[in-house]
Amino acid sequence: MSGKNPYGQDSQHHVLSVLVQNRPGVLARVSALFARRGYNIFSLAVAPTEHPDYSRITIVVDLASAPLEQMTKQLFKLVDVVRISELDPRHSVERELIMATVKATAEQRGQIVELTNIFEGKILSVGVDAVTVSLDGSPSNIDDFMAALNQYGIVESQRTGLVALPKLDRAASAGAAKSPKGKAS
Amino acid sequence: MKETLTGAQALIRALEHENVDVMFGLPGGCILPAYDPLIESKIRHILVRHEQGAGHMAEGYAHVTGRPGVAMVTSGPAATNLVTPLCDAYMDSVPMVGITGQVPTAAIGTDAFQECDTVGITRSITKHNELVMSAQDLPMVVRQAFHIATTGRPGPTLIDIPKDVLQNEMTWYWPSDDEVLDSLPGYRPNVKGHAKMIKEAARLILAARQPILYVGGGVLKARAAAVLRELAELTQIPVVTTLMARGAFPDSHPLCLGMPGMHGTATAVTAMQKSDLLIALGSRFDDRVTGKVSAFAPDAKIIHVDIDPAEQGKVRRPDVPIVGDCRLVIEEMLKAINDLLQSGEKQADVGPWRSRVSGWREQFPLAYDQSEPGAALKPQFCLEKLRDGAPEGTIVVSGVGQHQMWTSQYWNFEEPYTWVNSGGLGTMGFAVPAAIGAKVGRPDKTVWAVDGDGCFQMTAQELVTASLERIPVKIGILNNTYLGMVRQWQEMFYDERFSEVNLSGTLPDFVKWAESMGCVGIRVEDPQEAEAAIDKANSINDRPVVVDFRVAEDEKVFPMVPAGKSNDDILLHHSQDSRREFLK
Ligand SMILES: Cc1ncc(C[n+]2csc(CCOP(=O)(O)OP(=O)(O)O)c2C)c(N)n1
Ligand SMILES: [Mg+2]
Repeated sequence: MSGKNPYGQDSQHHVLSVLVQNRPGVLARVSALFARRGYNIFSLAVAPTEHPDYSRITIVVDLASAPLEQMTKQLFKLVDVVRISELDPRHSVERELIMATVKATAEQRGQIVELTNIFEGKILSVGVDAVTVSLDGSPSNIDDFMAALNQYGIVESQRTGLVALPKLDRAASAGAAKSPKGKAS
Repeated sequence: MKETLTGAQALIRALEHENVDVMFGLPGGCILPAYDPLIESKIRHILVRHEQGAGHMAEGYAHVTGRPGVAMVTSGPAATNLVTPLCDAYMDSVPMVGITGQVPTAAIGTDAFQECDTVGITRSITKHNELVMSAQDLPMVVRQAFHIATTGRPGPTLIDIPKDVLQNEMTWYWPSDDEVLDSLPGYRPNVKGHAKMIKEAARLILAARQPILYVGGGVLKARAAAVLRELAELTQIPVVTTLMARGAFPDSHPLCLGMPGMHGTATAVTAMQKSDLLIALGSRFDDRVTGKVSAFAPDAKIIHVDIDPAEQGKVRRPDVPIVGDCRLVIEEMLKAINDLLQSGEKQADVGPWRSRVSGWREQFPLAYDQSEPGAALKPQFCLEKLRDGAPEGTIVVSGVGQHQMWTSQYWNFEEPYTWVNSGGLGTMGFAVPAAIGAKVGRPDKTVWAVDGDGCFQMTAQELVTASLERIPVKIGILNNTYLGMVRQWQEMFYDERFSEVNLSGTLPDFVKWAESMGCVGIRVEDPQEAEAAIDKANSINDRPVVVDFRVAEDEKVFPMVPAGKSNDDILLHHSQDSRREFLK
């Protein structure tokens, strides 16, 4: 995994949405492949899908480390990988969640609450000298939120990494995007 | 009627259903249950002396038969001993199924005795692997393993079976083809090439003035040698066969230019460099073939036929990528070319190109200096004698090093599946066990292994296996008393500063060692003795033979493209240096 912020202006990131058979070791197979071939990952999120036999892995890859085409083709060679969608950021909906604990004196608390409300975030927990907030949004939205919180001092934070799905074009039927059978690239 | 079996019985029965006739292995704690039903099975088991041997035997068997080799070993150290052959098979796309014992499911993750994370360790060197957690799954997992190993781009698969899974009971079943396919929704190798691309390729082929057929191991895997020959003869395009493809096209054929690459013929290397169209068939632009990639065949358009989509564009971007099985694609290509010809299209004249190539062939044959009277044998001379004395159809196997390159250069490969070697991984110690596996697969053929003195010492103990199992292989050791290939690099690129490459001129005594393992041992020190020794070896068919050829220690392999250099910088045998201009 690379430490660079993937969402900066000149970043070379691309999102792969990888449908895999929901079997033991599949995440290890995917991440081992990336490590072994020297492909960088910015973030990776995995969870079961609506279909119990499949999981979806959303990987934000670093195109500076290898051509996208090689990454997807090598991924396809994994027997457990059923389908890969390359999600061009311009044609997909992207979301990320952040949780952050921020230093807050009693006076600052109100400012942080206000700031969080402006971003449409949530207050999750309030302590004596800190608050924990969360926000889900587009990665750039989250970047802005982080920057705004930074002035108070972030004690701890965790981003989930990006999850994404293709943007529905108005004519497309939703079902067509869901069938797990067969490979398409 | 429902039949209840133990996991072990189900495993052996599943292997029988997969038509396994022989397996190579060595038992131990966790795999013990599987060895019990083996007593009643019709499957022949060959007991090795080291698990690496079992793996390479399985590979040798697969190379010559086209059927998957099977190796079965226990957990922990036995599984790690199998790692090298699995990686070797992965690199060379050899169909093979490894079966390892594992500690009981309840003990997994506890650092139990002889536990190791076999699936984790072998993940990146198998096409697929599976830890079986229930006896009921065994028939399906076995079917999947064989299906995956043998279809698409072949490769090794591994089944890791905990001891309790072998002991538990299951209800026998045998999955249908459809059930296997349904269980693997992510595995659909594409065998049929894209019609439009094939047509485009046919057009490029007819238009090319300086084309070369760049033939790799995939042609052998696809059993495409016959259609390749049709294609070459129809178009009169010269052929190079890579280290993995020797035998895919007859060396004696007027269109054959031999092997390309680091130690390829000057003709094959140069013809690729000057070519305007490379038709890559089941070859993967390996660094040992391309030399410096940016300087490789700079003016050539590329047609790349490979069943593995990831090979397309991995090293060199093809103008026409065709994903598919080489045999099917070449068949379609032939049709497309014939269609074009029938519709009145003309092939560009490749006559001038062919005469240019023939000129190189005349000027730059393989060359070495014959030994002076009384001086040591030359390894190339031994190979010429071995080649000329070998019965027709002999299978030749090699280790890794100078002797391997000389074997590939000096042998005459006339038929497919007569050459077995470790190309991708370059595994010293491959030859002896792979030769044994090859002989088991093709008992009707003479099998010669040409080995190095260094390589031989890595796996020689398998000759005990060969003697006991009556597998009469023949081993010719080109004994230069050095790790010769490394010595060559130190001589040429490290100012003759020889570091840790001298093995010993006296130890071991290969003849006595051979005899102690039940083989006939013969020593050859003088060129005069070579022929008689080889004849004697060829006449022995009831036990293995080892011939210790004491060869010159300082002979080097030429031609050579130094690592990282452009193929244009090929180093020739000194006798040809003055003719270098002709390669321009
Ligand atoms: C297992 C392994 N270790 C090291 C090497 C590196 N290596 C390549 S060739 C070679 C020398 C082989 O010596 P020998 O078997 O005597 O063959 P020769 O080159 O002398 O013909 C070595 C050490 C290797 N290929 N494989
Ligand atoms: Mg040697």
